[in-house]
Amino acid sequence: MIRIEPREKISNSSTIFIPIIAAIVSLLFAAIPIISAGANPLIAYVEMAKGVFGSVFAVSEMLTRATPLIFTGLAAAIAFRAKLWNIGAEGQLYLGAIAAVTVGSGFFDLPAIFLLPLIIVLGACAGAVGMVAPTYLKVRFGADEVVTTLLLNFIIIIFLQMLLEGPLQDPMGLGWPQSAPILDQGMFPPLIDRMRVHSGLILAVILAVIAHFMIKHSVWGFKLRAVGENSSAAKHAGININRSLFGVALLSGGLAGLAGVSEVAGLKGYLTADLSPGFGYAGIVVAMLAGLSPIGVIIASVFIASVFVGADSMSRAMGISSFLADLVVSVSLLCVLVGGFIAKFKIVRAGTGTRFYD
Amino acid sequence: MEASTVLKLNGLAKRFGSILANDDVTIHLQKGEVLALLGENGAGKTTLMNMLFGHYLPDSGNIEIRGVNGDLVPLELGNPSAALASGIGMVHQHFTLAENITAFDNITLGAEPLFSLRRNQRKAEKKINNIMSNSGLDAPLDIPVGRLSVGERQRVEILKALYRDAHILVLDEPTAVLTPQEADALFSNLRRMTNHGLSVIFITHKMREVLSFSDRLVVLRQGKNVGSMETSNASEKKIARLMVGSETQKVSPKRITPGGPILSLNDVSVAGRSKRDSLQNISLILKSHEILGIAGISGNGQNVLADLISGLASPDKGSILLKGVAIQNINPLNMIKLGFGRIPEDRHRQGIVGGLSVSENMVIERLDDPLIQNFGFLRSSVINDNAQTLSEKYDVRGPGIDQASRLLSGGNIQKLILARVFEQQPEIILANQPTRGLDMGAASDVQRHLIEARDRGGGVILISEDLDEILGLADRIVVMRDGNLNDVNSSSREAIGLMMAGESV
Amino acid sequence: MIDILNILLTDSFWAASLRIATPLIFGVLGALICERSGTLNLGIEGIFVVGAMCGWMATWLGAGLWGGILVAFLCGAFFGLIHALLTVPLGLSQHVSGLGITLFATSISYFTYRTALPDVSSPPRIEPFQPLDIPILSDLPFIGLVLFQQTALTWLALIMVLLVWYVLNRTNLGLAIKAVGDNPNSVDAQGLSVYAIRMWAIVIGSALMALGGAFLTMSAFDAFFFGMVNGRGWVCIALVIFASWRPGKALIGALLFGAFDALQVRLQTEMGALVPGQVFLMAPYVLSIVALVIAARSADYPRALLTPWYKGQR
Repeated sequence: MIRIEPREKISNSSTIFIPIIAAIVSLLFAAIPIISAGANPLIAYVEMAKGVFGSVFAVSEMLTRATPLIFTGLAAAIAFRAKLWNIGAEGQLYLGAIAAVTVGSGFFDLPAIFLLPLIIVLGACAGAVGMVAPTYLKVRFGADEVVTTLLLNFIIIIFLQMLLEGPLQDPMGLGWPQSAPILDQGMFPPLIDRMRVHSGLILAVILAVIAHFMIKHSVWGFKLRAVGENSSAAKHAGININRSLFGVALLSGGLAGLAGVSEVAGLKGYLTADLSPGFGYAGIVVAMLAGLSPIGVIIASVFIASVFVGADSMSRAMGISSFLADLVVSVSLLCVLVGGFIAKFKIVRAGTGTRFYD
Repeated sequence: MEASTVLKLNGLAKRFGSILANDDVTIHLQKGEVLALLGENGAGKTTLMNMLFGHYLPDSGNIEIRGVNGDLVPLELGNPSAALASGIGMVHQHFTLAENITAFDNITLGAEPLFSLRRNQRKAEKKINNIMSNSGLDAPLDIPVGRLSVGERQRVEILKALYRDAHILVLDEPTAVLTPQEADALFSNLRRMTNHGLSVIFITHKMREVLSFSDRLVVLRQGKNVGSMETSNASEKKIARLMVGSETQKVSPKRITPGGPILSLNDVSVAGRSKRDSLQNISLILKSHEILGIAGISGNGQNVLADLISGLASPDKGSILLKGVAIQNINPLNMIKLGFGRIPEDRHRQGIVGGLSVSENMVIERLDDPLIQNFGFLRSSVINDNAQTLSEKYDVRGPGIDQASRLLSGGNIQKLILARVFEQQPEIILANQPTRGLDMGAASDVQRHLIEARDRGGGVILISEDLDEILGLADRIVVMRDGNLNDVNSSSREAIGLMMAGESV
Repeated sequence: MIDILNILLTDSFWAASLRIATPLIFGVLGALICERSGTLNLGIEGIFVVGAMCGWMATWLGAGLWGGILVAFLCGAFFGLIHALLTVPLGLSQHVSGLGITLFATSISYFTYRTALPDVSSPPRIEPFQPLDIPILSDLPFIGLVLFQQTALTWLALIMVLLVWYVLNRTNLGLAIKAVGDNPNSVDAQGLSVYAIRMWAIVIGSALMALGGAFLTMSAFDAFFFGMVNGRGWVCIALVIFASWRPGKALIGALLFGAFDALQVRLQTEMGALVPGQVFLMAPYVLSIVALVIAARSADYPRALLTPWYKGQR
């Protein structure tokens, strides 16, 4: 008879190895759908690698793709740490984008040094607003924030379509449901000439580093960790649970909003209803792969972005559906989950094991 | 006497990691006997019985049980169905009842095959009614268990075992949730059933019960069977020596004169779902240099009172006065700042954040203290030094101050909480079931700290369902029942027991 | 106002409500079974997609409509099994596992569909379930259209409501499911297997969820579109709470939702000029949130929901 018992000590190296192994396993798993689509997996892997590392352009594309993932990954990581299940990053991303386009496409005529920061701040605020209602409903009524944030995503996207066919519609856009473009001085400056990667990436990395530092060394971070681990004990110890939760919620929403700002003011320049191919949901996978660590989010974003960009390139070269990328990403999430289990628990033959104290 | 042996535990051993919970334990049980399994918290009693019932698989040893034809046959180990089928019934310390279904449902759960199309209710009802009249145990069958009292639930648990034709009944700390009078009633019912052939093992850590209710007793200490005797030959002293291995040093404080009142609750009411979840116009005065004991069975409003004093609940009516001044903002942080030290009942759920380290848990109540943080950033070296010092002073042992505090044993977690509370020299201390689940050594440590706090000038509110602990430590006693507090006129166990049961003296 | 009342009085409105409610009935019943036993199954959205795609494709490949239904059922059970393995014996986070299953099931469905049908400008169609034509009953006034001209799948959904109610409240299996969702120790102490009961509940519940998805491609429409599930799975999760985990209330919740959805289509055509259509599109999701908030602090919450149980831990 076997039994599952917790390990006495969770080795620190496991927190790094598990995501790496999960990533590798998910890539290997991709061979199955590739083969069933009638292609040679080795060639497919080579094509994927070329699509990510094969040229400066490829690397730039990958980093461009990673930028919004860092933001949504941070949004998820911080919220999940406090056991606040923000699944609404997709919607909050669009709120940020809406704010960016509203403010930045001519409402204010300011020089870049004012306009861009203004867009950033207002975009973050708009994203944060998206978390107010779900958090309030959770705190006041006990309504599960997983469902409310999820449903809100759909509501926001419909709202966006309404705006794009109405007040936000570009008068010079030939009737397409798209917004007016953001002024040049409101755009993130590019990082490399003639490449698409932009300085939104720098902002994302800086925020990740700040988040890491705050969680580990600040009182605010301490409270976040306590509330996420055991809110009853945190409350008993004098920590204001609701204030912590609201703070985390606003921050998480704000970060997701910045993903939208970064896409619209860094990459595309204008807003359409298909701005995000699921960055919000992918951010959840990023956060889990990162073990909820902000620095890990940077690395995990690079991985997930590589999968998407590599699969796109491979798809064009070999005709395999690019949904393969979504498949790999979802498998990596499941692998991380199982991996986390293996790190925390051991399977013992009946008769030995660790005692649960008291 | 061999012919009437119904159960033999032979050389059972069980190890959890580095801890040997049971070490070569051999116990025999005779038919119709009431056997007490006695030992401190942590001695291995529950582990042993869990092996009997099949929740754990022994590392070595075997169990023989009397079969249908009267012979002793081996019992299949590690399988609760096999134990049930062989006639072993267990009433666990934490009841194994589903609260959303009726007592009838709980009793019949699992007795019929899962995939039958209809349930055979009439046959079951008849059998249960028979059992209730034979045993003298009574409980409402048709309301959800969630609405039954603790005593009723315990009776349902026993009926559950009897319904499965148990001829050996194991009860784990059955009197922890009963008033003295209810405990008497329980055991007289059990005696009725043993006269008809039921054999009983009950686990306890209370010597008094063993002497009152058992025929024979077995003492476990550190996982070993260290001795057994007929109860008629036993005495408290003999048993205590076996339990602890040496003469017990009972903690008994010197009586000192209390000072002036420092805390008073005036006509405080807190509404709740039922009387037992509420406070009904209670008034209470706590003086300095005093331990006020609040006796009563858990679940009579003690937790509401504890929540109130901890700052987790506020009064719907009435006021709380600290040294004559009403407390305006009742929340945990404010209470801590006003000098309240709180030792919660549930260490794991309210006392510590298991995933945070020992040093982090030591400072969790002082996060805005300028010694601990600087402009919102934690001073790690100060926090670690603090933890080191306190761990030595309060003898908190574990894998390390930077390790997760959930890895500590219950006694050490309690000591961590004490360290955190007492170092702040609180004027008012709320100790809610502070020694529950601790072995005698750890329990004495806790009690000593409470007495020291009292001697230093603090006022201690001690909530405990252990009447002996209250009688030993408290300078003054009140009894909590159905959300009401009543003063006690005499300090006799019987009188207090009656008050706990709600009868006037 | 009068317009609304007029709409409410037509039989075609109620027929549409029941039709729209059908996938939700399957979904809410499936989620209800999982949650009663103690497991939240957020894989429901992905399982809807799987049911939609696999059921449709099986039919398109020649298995016939009921063959497609069977395939959908089994595929739902399969993904439910993965979620069950992760959450029951391994005790992993039910939220993360469920979301992972949704992502996995959705992406595998999309990939398979796209790989099998790579270059189609418009999605191929099958011959969907037809409304039943029952002699006499189908011709009754009002109720004939509402109830007796629905497809077989709608009838299956209604039968399922009765079946789930019966099993939960009148059989030993149902008793065990209710008990394991309140206190798994109660079931373990009576010699039953907590793991087995929970896992089977998740597998059967997930199979039912897949039928909800299959309805979309085999009855409501006749082809598979990307994004066709569009949050229906999440709506079911909200409706389970509204239903207090009871099959009867689940039916009412699904019907209310269906009615509102049918109403908004009709109102749009009436009021289209005054209010942008999107407001009506948003309404179902807003309604779900409201339903969730109303019922959130329900006393019937399965006490052991979201808490893993490990054998031998005492």
